[in-house]
Amino acid sequence: MSELDLTKLIFGRLSWESIPFHDPILIGTFIMVAIGGTAVLGFITYKKAWGYLWHEWFTSIDHKKIGIMYMVLGLVMLLRGFADAIMMRIQQAWAFGGSEGYLPPHHYDQIFTAHGVIMIFFVAMPLITGVMNYVVPLQIGARDVAFPFLNNFSFWMTTGGAVLVMASLFVGEFAKTGWLAYPPLSGIIKSPGVGVDYYIWALQIAGVGTLLSGVNLLVTIVKMRAPGMSLMRMPVFTWTALCTNVLIVAAFPVLTAVLAMLALDRYADFAFFTTDLGGNVMMYINLIWIWGHPEVYILILPAFGIFSEVVSTFSRKRLFGYASMVYATVVITVLSYLVWLHHFFTMGSGPTVNSFFGITTMIISIPTGAKVFNWLFTMYRGRIEFEVPMLWTMGFIITFVIGGMTGVLLAVPPADFVLHNSLFLVAHFHNVIIGGVLFGLFAGITYWYPKAFGYKLDPFWGKMSFWFWTIGFYFAFMPLYVLGLMGVTRRMNKFDDPSLQIWFVIAAFGAVLIAIGIASFLIQLYVSYRRRDELRDDSGDPWHGRTLEWSTSSPPPYYNFAFTPRVHDLDAWWQMKEHGYQRPTGGYLPIHMPKNTGAGVILAGISVVLGFALIWHMWLLAGVSFFALLAVTIGHTFNYDRDYHIPADEVAGIEAERTRMLANHV
Amino acid sequence: MVLMSPSGDVAAQQRDLILWSTFLMLLVIVPVIIMAVVFAIRYRAGNDATYKPDWDHSTVLELVIWGAPLLIIIALGAMTWVSTHKLDPYRPLERIDAGRPVPEGVEPLVIEVVSLDWKWLFFYPEQGIATVNELAAPVDRPIRFKITSERVMNSFFIPALAGQIYSMAGMETKLHAVINKPGVYDGFSANYSGAGFSEMRFKFHGLSDADFDAWVAKVKASPKTLTHDIYRELALPSQSHRVTYYASADDTLYHDILNRCLNEGDVCMDEMMAFTELGLPMCIAGDPQDRKARREDNELRELLDLTMADDSDRRSLNQ
Repeated sequence: MSELDLTKLIFGRLSWESIPFHDPILIGTFIMVAIGGTAVLGFITYKKAWGYLWHEWFTSIDHKKIGIMYMVLGLVMLLRGFADAIMMRIQQAWAFGGSEGYLPPHHYDQIFTAHGVIMIFFVAMPLITGVMNYVVPLQIGARDVAFPFLNNFSFWMTTGGAVLVMASLFVGEFAKTGWLAYPPLSGIIKSPGVGVDYYIWALQIAGVGTLLSGVNLLVTIVKMRAPGMSLMRMPVFTWTALCTNVLIVAAFPVLTAVLAMLALDRYADFAFFTTDLGGNVMMYINLIWIWGHPEVYILILPAFGIFSEVVSTFSRKRLFGYASMVYATVVITVLSYLVWLHHFFTMGSGPTVNSFFGITTMIISIPTGAKVFNWLFTMYRGRIEFEVPMLWTMGFIITFVIGGMTGVLLAVPPADFVLHNSLFLVAHFHNVIIGGVLFGLFAGITYWYPKAFGYKLDPFWGKMSFWFWTIGFYFAFMPLYVLGLMGVTRRMNKFDDPSLQIWFVIAAFGAVLIAIGIASFLIQLYVSYRRRDELRDDSGDPWHGRTLEWSTSSPPPYYNFAFTPRVHDLDAWWQMKEHGYQRPTGGYLPIHMPKNTGAGVILAGISVVLGFALIWHMWLLAGVSFFALLAVTIGHTFNYDRDYHIPADEVAGIEAERTRMLANHV
Repeated sequence: MVLMSPSGDVAAQQRDLILWSTFLMLLVIVPVIIMAVVFAIRYRAGNDATYKPDWDHSTVLELVIWGAPLLIIIALGAMTWVSTHKLDPYRPLERIDAGRPVPEGVEPLVIEVVSLDWKWLFFYPEQGIATVNELAAPVDRPIRFKITSERVMNSFFIPALAGQIYSMAGMETKLHAVINKPGVYDGFSANYSGAGFSEMRFKFHGLSDADFDAWVAKVKASPKTLTHDIYRELALPSQSHRVTYYASADDTLYHDILNRCLNEGDVCMDEMMAFTELGLPMCIAGDPQDRKARREDNELRELLDLTMADDSDRRSLNQ
């Protein structure tokens, strides 16, 4: 075998040319990331924290720690996704009157693709999954999820996908296709480089994580509720989590399948979605949206659940119309499968098909509208305390109904013919994703933070974050509605018409305000940590909560509940408090718990190597890592040392400490 | 805002639909926003308003909160059904504008559109001409666009004229529209298609009949003609392609682009589909005998045309 072949066998397509030395923006970013990364790693080493991180966090199968790790992943990726956003805003405000701006098409096209992929898959999904992971077992009175190891594995697979996306920044390139990578553009003829392959393997690896975590939470909710918690006594957040995980389990395999077919087209000359040889791109468009539309409900339903918890808690009142809230959630879940075609009314379907999908889309606004009214009537005759989570909820209600209205407008096919792919559409989905999902997540983070860390978040910086985000949102996206009505389409990297520029400048200003909102949130985390003694909550129930997670200590012990609670009513904890519930202080039993394992980290690590090898056509490495993956998976099944019992004495010790803290609190 | 003040009747109807839908939805959106603000102020903790912590159900209210959106969606749904059928881009126009039906005997101007990397090619079969990145049509005469793509998906969109429709390789989409005011309007691709996408723009000229004839004459005066070979060169990726006129174009070129049989010996998709439908052995379709001969074989052509006609009628029968 010649030397050249050997190099090719080992390194595939990877060579020094793949490193973007010529691009000062990327090299600058790389240097900053390298310095920052070295500093963080150095700090961890200096603090001798590696052992702690490995044993207490990375290998942990505790749903609470995994939930927190998901949140960290989501927030880190938010910074990356937002950096992409602000680069686009600057480019579009700049590239007028013959100016090319500062981003040439090959760079700009990667940025908007990466922005979409990152914000959906690696920001919104981890944050939503993180909140569900943390809160659901506590809300249903369980000690962990149904499959604790799988939970750890899911998290690391999601992280693995994120690692590949980040790697594409410095090694090779990312896809230049838009976030859904429509063929034929994403086919091998028009995208011969590694960009689309990074896209495919990052999403395939992360997709395994998402799917398994969906199975896990679904089984957890169905099988592990505390005695007495019938389905109609489940907290609304758990209901929305149930529906979201049903959607994940039903929708994500479609994404996996369609990406696998695209990969076969690209790697093995198949012709599923090619323009020749009988391929049909419409199949890709249909399949990707059969996943893609439920995906947006996967994101928004848990946010609806968070708002329901927050509104009821801070209005000091039972949730208005619990049953109709549940039915609305279920109706949305079912309908979310009947609307996918509204993403491509303009691809030549007949009027009957288009009307059908337009009308099913509008019908979704009925249960959604009912939900909004239910929140409003929960506030009606309540005692509303405008803590930060409630502020986010108010911001959500007002912002979201505007996004809902423009959404229904886009569902009218003839209106969509002029608005499709315009900046009006871009404004619409940011309106519902920021105003809905993101505001919901911030409400949820602020609401459950004291549960996770034992102290509240600093309200001043929380309010700063809220106001900058909200006002920034309106500045950033209202101009895009206007531009859409001016007939401006999305994904442009320069413009001729000088009258458009002012709107892009306003939008860029809005993005700066949002940047301050994000900074305020980070400052809030830091300030709250510094002031943690003043903000501390010993009671475990800082907001006078209504659901079971507030019945245990903050942070909860690793076994969550010393005794499995019994549920007699919706708002179980509220009812327990009303009836003068006395916390038992003796009679503890040993608790059966799962053991930590490093298998998840190792499997995900090998998967990343496998993905990287496939992207770069390093066939030798791909083969080796594939067999390593199989070997570790099989090896892990022989690990019988998976569980242990917490001795009753240890439980008694922890609970006694809680008794002492509760006594202090009063 | 071009969408709010368009110059074509179809776009004007789409504008009206946007305004009506928005109005209908505001009937519920405005009260919601008002309620949100009023409830937030009135029931804030510091204010001593009525407090009913256990009130969580009211059948009447439930009926209203499900019923009010339902009624609006019924109205909007009816509007959607009617307007989607009326403004179906595949449906030939019945009127030139609100006051004028299409006069008897006026045939639409057929324009065949091909999206290439990254420019637009327009064929005028009636006039026998072709242009790149410039489009013209007489005012008040219905236009029938037949749209396809060389490979990558684009979306053909002239906001002042009518809604957009995608261009897809191997498929033909259709759009019917009419321009009511003379003028020069922007047209572009509304679906991202790669590096040259931002420059994939053209001007659409709405012209009086006399001016349109003059424009056609100007194109015909061009020394260039568009043959299969020249097309293959044109189809190579290029950015900011300048406006080009072709005095004539190969008759079968659009058909061959659409059916992906530009090269001698390719089997055209329509032929292949017709063969399949007729149950003829595929070896005839794949026969390397030159396509021209097949086209000249009248018996076979009649057979093929018959099947093709069935196929294109199917879409209109559905309406």
